[in-house]
Amino acid sequence: MSTTKPCTPTDGEDNSNGTRRDFLKQTSLLTAIALTPGTVVKAAENQWDEKLAGVFEKQALHLEVNGVKHELMVEPRVTLLEVLREYLDLTGTKKGCDRGQCGACTVHVNGVRVNSCLSLALTNDGKKITTIEGLAKEEELHPMQEAFIKHDGFQCGYCTSGQIMSAVALLKEGHSGSETEIREFMSGNICRCGAYPNIVKAIQEVKGGMV
Amino acid sequence: MNQFQYTRPAETAVAVKSLAKEPNGYFLAGGTNLVDMMKMGLVVPDKLIDINRLPLKKIEKTATGMHIGALASNSEVAEHAYIKAQYPLLALAINAGASPQLRNMATVGGNLMQRTRCPYFFDTAMPCNKRTPGSGCGALEGINRMHALFGASDKCIAVNPSDMNVALAALDATIHVTGVKGPRAIKIGDFHRLPGDHPELDNTLQKGELITSVDLPTASSAYNKHVYYLKIRDRTSYAFALVSVAAALHIENNTITGARLAMGGVAHKPWRLSTAETFLKGKAVNEDNFKHAAQIAMQGAKAYEYNKFKLKLAPNAIVQSLKLATGLAS
Repeated sequence: MSTTKPCTPTDGEDNSNGTRRDFLKQTSLLTAIALTPGTVVKAAENQWDEKLAGVFEKQALHLEVNGVKHELMVEPRVTLLEVLREYLDLTGTKKGCDRGQCGACTVHVNGVRVNSCLSLALTNDGKKITTIEGLAKEEELHPMQEAFIKHDGFQCGYCTSGQIMSAVALLKEGHSGSETEIREFMSGNICRCGAYPNIVKAIQEVKGGMV
Repeated sequence: MNQFQYTRPAETAVAVKSLAKEPNGYFLAGGTNLVDMMKMGLVVPDKLIDINRLPLKKIEKTATGMHIGALASNSEVAEHAYIKAQYPLLALAINAGASPQLRNMATVGGNLMQRTRCPYFFDTAMPCNKRTPGSGCGALEGINRMHALFGASDKCIAVNPSDMNVALAALDATIHVTGVKGPRAIKIGDFHRLPGDHPELDNTLQKGELITSVDLPTASSAYNKHVYYLKIRDRTSYAFALVSVAAALHIENNTITGARLAMGGVAHKPWRLSTAETFLKGKAVNEDNFKHAAQIAMQGAKAYEYNKFKLKLAPNAIVQSLKLATGLAS
């Protein structure tokens, strides 16, 4: 199942961005008229700077997120995390530290877990992304989601989607042989509530195939 | 984050030419360090050249040892069966660094280029000669418990944060690079610099040069049995080293026939312990010899106000890593 849906940032943001840019353009136009010769004024009137900036700023990005193909235009400075949350409304992936230190933004890129906050969206062009929203099959939760609920693997829940994405990847990576190993290879996901013992239990249960 | 231009070349030569034309351009690989620094405003590039699609990912055995493409991820190297068997020190060191997610993203070339985690470097309100040459060193008289014991200058006392680099130093790696003037090879010991009067320069790469591979010699694969990477840090996992030791010994009939030792967290570059290695050669495997080697390794160490504890921690870590590598401790 795959549909193509062109996406832009949410309307509110687009408008505020437009307003800011209009202000900049108007002020730079006034400055240009006041200080510079005719060619520059003409350039400003034709919005050449705006058109040029547009060419440099946004580039095409193709992603398949949770089985759905998307084609977007994004600025190079936009991260994968921001595309997921702000462009695609997939807000299950959380922005925690935004510096690769907490793991709340963990998603799978071509099946490999990464910190989406440190990944510029454009570097992921053509790749398959799985987020927390893509784990369940219709109404049926992923075994790891079931296990987190059963073992109380969270309190406030903010780190949980990252914890679960990491845990699912961990089992595939084959580093869940002992509690020590699970803790070491889950160390990129910080939980301020301290639900670690229950997170380890949940992972061990899914590894044992008991759910 | 400030706006910048972005290109994604498919050929190495194109990437190198593209950067040569851009005075404020940077290569982007895994991004785990660069994107973070861009968010903090430490690096404000006009252009990023995304090198992730270049054909530099191969990890393979060669006639002279092991070839590791600069764009191989840290995880791919640490999980590589032949590396785990023949160069286990490298796999152990890599897995001691960062988190699984970061190791999946970060590349070997990027790890070599990793910048210091000195808090004064990261805080743009503070002086830092590495970030802003001439502004001074905040750490010199500041909170310097994470800082250097060896090879520092009055301009900079920061340390190289990488674990991988420590193992590469012990394993005699060669860094292959290419630039507009063509390719060249740099020995790991000559790749990273001491701060001296130019702490802004972490390494000896010329402007526009790109790391293409890291090669390990066959000789280093003899050091695959008695190996340990000991990392001492403020928490059990996922923290930078206060001190780390990469130890690999070749032993015959309880006699050390060769030693490879390097320390992390103590200098501006991975700190190879050559004099201690020389001392250990021909000696019996016992704790007294390890203690003597550690004493030799610490000659010339200089501590600052808050890192004096490292003067004890570092030699103890050397002894402990040698004991763990040889089975005298577990």
